[in-house]
Amino acid sequence: MKTINISLVGVGGQGTLLASNIICEAAMLSGLDVKKNEVHGMAQRGGSVVSQVRIGDKVNSPLVPDGATDILISFEKLEALRYAHYLAPDGVCYVNNQEIVPITVATGQAKWPENIDEDLKKIPNVKVINALEEAEKLGNMKAANVIMLGTIAANTKEIKKETWIQAVKNLVKPQFLDLNLKAFEKGFNLAN
Amino acid sequence: MSNKKILSGNEAVAYSAYVNGINVLSSYPGTPSTEIPEIIGKKFPEIYAEWSVNEKVGTEVAVGASIAGARSMTTFKHVGFNVAMDPFMTFAYVGANGAMIMCSCDDPGMHSSQNEQDNRSLAKFAGVPMFEPADSQEAFDMFGEAIKVSELFHIPVVFRMTTRVCHSSSVVDLREFKRVEKKHSYEKDVKKNCPIPAFARLQKVEHTKKMAEMKAYSDQSPLNFVEKGDKIGIVTSGITYQYVKETMPQASVLKLGMTCPIPAKKIKAFAASVDKLYVAEEGDPYLEEQIKALGIEVSQSKVSLKIGELNPNRLSDFANDIYGKPVSPALKPLGGLPGRPPSLCPGCSHRPVFYALNKLGCMVAGDIGCYSLGLMAPLNSIDSIICMGGGISNSYGYERAGTIDKPIVGFVGDSTFFHSGITGLVNMVYNKSKGTIIVSDNRITAMTGHQDNPGSGKTLMGETTEEVSIEAICKAIGVKRVRTIDPYNIDETVNAIKEEIAADELSVIIAKHPCMIGGKIKTVRRFKVDADKCKACGQCFKLGCTAIERGDCVDEAKGRYKSRINPILCVGCGMCSQLCKFGAIVEK
Repeated sequence: MKTINISLVGVGGQGTLLASNIICEAAMLSGLDVKKNEVHGMAQRGGSVVSQVRIGDKVNSPLVPDGATDILISFEKLEALRYAHYLAPDGVCYVNNQEIVPITVATGQAKWPENIDEDLKKIPNVKVINALEEAEKLGNMKAANVIMLGTIAANTKEIKKETWIQAVKNLVKPQFLDLNLKAFEKGFNLAN
Repeated sequence: MSNKKILSGNEAVAYSAYVNGINVLSSYPGTPSTEIPEIIGKKFPEIYAEWSVNEKVGTEVAVGASIAGARSMTTFKHVGFNVAMDPFMTFAYVGANGAMIMCSCDDPGMHSSQNEQDNRSLAKFAGVPMFEPADSQEAFDMFGEAIKVSELFHIPVVFRMTTRVCHSSSVVDLREFKRVEKKHSYEKDVKKNCPIPAFARLQKVEHTKKMAEMKAYSDQSPLNFVEKGDKIGIVTSGITYQYVKETMPQASVLKLGMTCPIPAKKIKAFAASVDKLYVAEEGDPYLEEQIKALGIEVSQSKVSLKIGELNPNRLSDFANDIYGKPVSPALKPLGGLPGRPPSLCPGCSHRPVFYALNKLGCMVAGDIGCYSLGLMAPLNSIDSIICMGGGISNSYGYERAGTIDKPIVGFVGDSTFFHSGITGLVNMVYNKSKGTIIVSDNRITAMTGHQDNPGSGKTLMGETTEEVSIEAICKAIGVKRVRTIDPYNIDETVNAIKEEIAADELSVIIAKHPCMIGGKIKTVRRFKVDADKCKACGQCFKLGCTAIERGDCVDEAKGRYKSRINPILCVGCGMCSQLCKFGAIVEK
């Protein structure tokens, strides 16, 4: 199979970690090779964060080359613009409809892009998902990350839906499982 | 039976330490190494695991355990190795009894570091074996080999990882996953273990003999292997191997897993089998210089791999160049987007101290920790940052320069104070400094992900222990003016610093308040801006709190936006309400 490259971007603390761990689990359960990278430490202090997962028969580099991401998931609008160059020409991009104002904008050193919604539309095959709003409807805003995960599942035909659900079951704490399974289903349906 | 798990490189080392019977682990946290001791402390009670106060102490504890016959290891980030150098260099001569592993986690690209030193040179400098895994499976397997080699040659071994190996995860076959316990007996041998000059001279000769044996071993090691391809030959190691395989799968590759001593015969044979030999390595020309010293010609690409972290993009340019293809222009991110640098968290107790230092116009020697972020706007309150504990002694240097007409302050955190700040402070007492030191004590080693330290009352294995008192230490070494303040009270903080910089003798201010995240503090208070009272003066923005944002309404007199508090980010510390002269920031 052709290696699938997934990039998850957002702001420190948005839950990219759980989402990328579930992708790895689902890949492993499918008998595929998988590698993931993420950055720890200083960048977590409200900074911009990137996590990448690569799935294939044999994966070498944990890093995805620029312009080769098949599925770009952004947990925040500004970060989608920042990492749009990661996307392959035929890749797909899902953006959580959330704005987090960086300190540079709050303190007046920089300006928030005025027409961000228009700018986002320039990204090829982009779709904005109201993950935060949908998660709130399900009863917990924190499930937004698993809604975004559902959009990834809908775009990876090499991994069966049952396997994704098993991966969620393996990694989510029992008390949050019901919520997260609903969130996964929601994201899966919103992707199409 | 397959026993597969997805593990990061760091997790793989921790799991392998368990399997391979490590008895003692003594480490100081530092990104990207921190998870190794954390996982061992949490998951494997069979291993005695501790946070040592610094890397020198951690290494000394592991050395002692090795001499006494246990298998031991220490872990640190690359700059931590500098602190550990003293025991390391001499233990290379003395030699291990039980295996002793120095796990150095380097940070090419400086994701979380102040320099980009390539510690491979340190293994060569000391003359000890070194292993460099390229992913989690290799980390798991090679760590066992490192233990074996350490006991075979009775020598400490450097296990060198990099950020992308430490923090990338992949499938690891744990195989049997059974712990092997092996302790060695101790026999007193002063000629071996006490390198006074007469003995050390003999050991130097012994050590040189060992080096020759290790060279032969490296030549035989299956961890140094060839993958045959075309007539272009690439010598590589560590994570760079993965990028090479990705971008030039057709090339012949000599992949080195044991990189000290280098396998000279294998390299010569490989060079002879290809038309052109290139070296692809991250960091310093560590392999390249040694290969050239063997008299082998190393071809050069126009694409330099020298500075910063490598990635598939850079290796793809490198590959295109050596295969005579055009190097494609780099894809660039959109310009003009606002940056999102890391910043101190809402409710961080370092923030009011920096606010005060900025307000008082001090020259501040900073230190390593979350509080390096105090240099950023709008706090702008740090003048220099050099190393752990350096805030204290650097400020004393400012004082002795006699060139500064601003108030001078040295700034450290609690963990940096214990790490290597205390000695600097003793130096100031002894040499009659009149300086001012602030220990911003948030009761935790925060930046690396909230590890316990001698002030926090908990050990790595989760036991309750003595809380070492910073105040009592300062007094005991002879600082007369020691005061503890709560930095959440901004007026008290400003006044205390003002008084202590005016005092004509050495003083220490301990600004004590627990880290909001590390202390898992949940507050019920939340604040909001009363837009009717807000005059858009901008005073609250001087704190640089990420929860304070530009609001929607404009103050007509000033033509500026009023402030607003982000309800998701606010943790209710209330510092901004203390600064507002108009009483516009109120509790919800």
